[in-house]
Amino acid sequence: MSHASFWELMNFGPDGWGWSMLRGAGMTVMVALVGFMLGGVIGTFGAWAKIAGNRPVRVAADAYTTILRGIPDLLIIFLFYFGGSLALSAIYRAFGGDGFIDFPGFAAGAMAIGLTSGAQHTEVFRGAYYAIHSGELEAARAAGMTRMLMLRRIIIPLLLRHALPGLGNIWQVVLKESALVSVTGLIELARQAQIGAGSTRQPFYFFIAAAILFLAITFVSNRVFRFSEAHFSRGVRGAR
Amino acid sequence: MIDFPFMYEALMRLLPGIPMTLQLAFIASGFGVFFALAAALMQLSRSVILRSIADFYVFCIRGTPLLIQIFLIYYGMGQFDFIRHSFMWPILREPYWCAIFALMFNTGAYGSQIVRGGLLSVPRGQIEAARSCGMSSVMIYRRIILPLAIRQALPAYGNEVILLLKATSLASIITLMEITGLAAKMISETYRVVEVFLVAGSLYLLINFILSRAVAVLEKRLMRHVAAERPTSTRIAARGAA
Repeated sequence: MSHASFWELMNFGPDGWGWSMLRGAGMTVMVALVGFMLGGVIGTFGAWAKIAGNRPVRVAADAYTTILRGIPDLLIIFLFYFGGSLALSAIYRAFGGDGFIDFPGFAAGAMAIGLTSGAQHTEVFRGAYYAIHSGELEAARAAGMTRMLMLRRIIIPLLLRHALPGLGNIWQVVLKESALVSVTGLIELARQAQIGAGSTRQPFYFFIAAAILFLAITFVSNRVFRFSEAHFSRGVRGAR
Repeated sequence: MIDFPFMYEALMRLLPGIPMTLQLAFIASGFGVFFALAAALMQLSRSVILRSIADFYVFCIRGTPLLIQIFLIYYGMGQFDFIRHSFMWPILREPYWCAIFALMFNTGAYGSQIVRGGLLSVPRGQIEAARSCGMSSVMIYRRIILPLAIRQALPAYGNEVILLLKATSLASIITLMEITGLAAKMISETYRVVEVFLVAGSLYLLINFILSRAVAVLEKRLMRHVAAERPTSTRIAARGAA
């Protein structure tokens, strides 16, 4: 069996796998981004439930974060993928259809990532809220701000400043979690590497290429987060 | 609504996966500790070369998904003839050992950051005191630095072991029949996701709960001196006087 070199496989010509791998990387970022934002929405409600909720609401939020942090992500992806297919098929059959409908891997992955990262978002937002100095809120109230205005002008900007480092960590985890979505057949980076590995019988090069692309995405997003941290920390002494 | 007989059946079919899950987690974290310690010591060393090697290792592992690392070891290694013909091949072709290697390298990188924090938390005065007593570097590490660092790093390391336990579910992708592997098999046979998922998820939750309790007990044991500071110091004083 003849072996092609790494660069012969990964070029951007008609026979190369370069573009396909990049497309896979794009899909990875997409599913991670949608899942991350979904998690952000869940985390907003989760943190609000933990801070302001009454006892049952608080207990529910606690249960959510505890359970979601104790279960492997892969299981949750399985739940959404198979469970989503079953639910869709049931609806389809209820309307007189016949057969089985596949739940899109993208939706299953994004929902699973959203649910798992939502637990982390909850904790980060909660911690960030408690990091806001009570004097800031008092000052805003004394200045006669309404609750909405205070939320928009004081709480959210300060919350973002405190939460950004934590959000950066979640984003790293979410990016890597998106590789697990390959079990649903969604052609993201890990799945694309498997496809290439299978059809060329040179798995090592494909998985190394996938690893390099993941490192590149991580590197770029680190930069973005560091930049926005600096942006939101303008005026803070000692910040970059 | 909930079909309890089926869930009982699921439980009976998933229980045999527990030993495999535990084995993967404990063997990998047991060996991984040494990787973590070695990487942490290298990162703290004065040599630029050692430091860069450790930094590169940690950067690569933390920047890539565990799934890719598992694939790289399980599928990737077999591409090269010199590995296929080496003495390592009988081990490297087994999915079990590939999963353990991948988990071990992985937890080594994450753990090194925890161990490094623990080592850095040892007060300089304690080390200076040990040195002025005439202890050698090895003895200082064995008697002063490591015990203090372990006490400091234990809670975070317990968390890392729990993360590793959850990560073992990825071994199901390279055909190992641990809890998730058995669950996936059962789901594809019965198409009853929710019940199987509930059972598998509760098993993981239960294991993680027991693990976190165990770490808490160990932590309490290592912190005895804080809870009972006075009696300890008087005992030492009494012994000194006698």
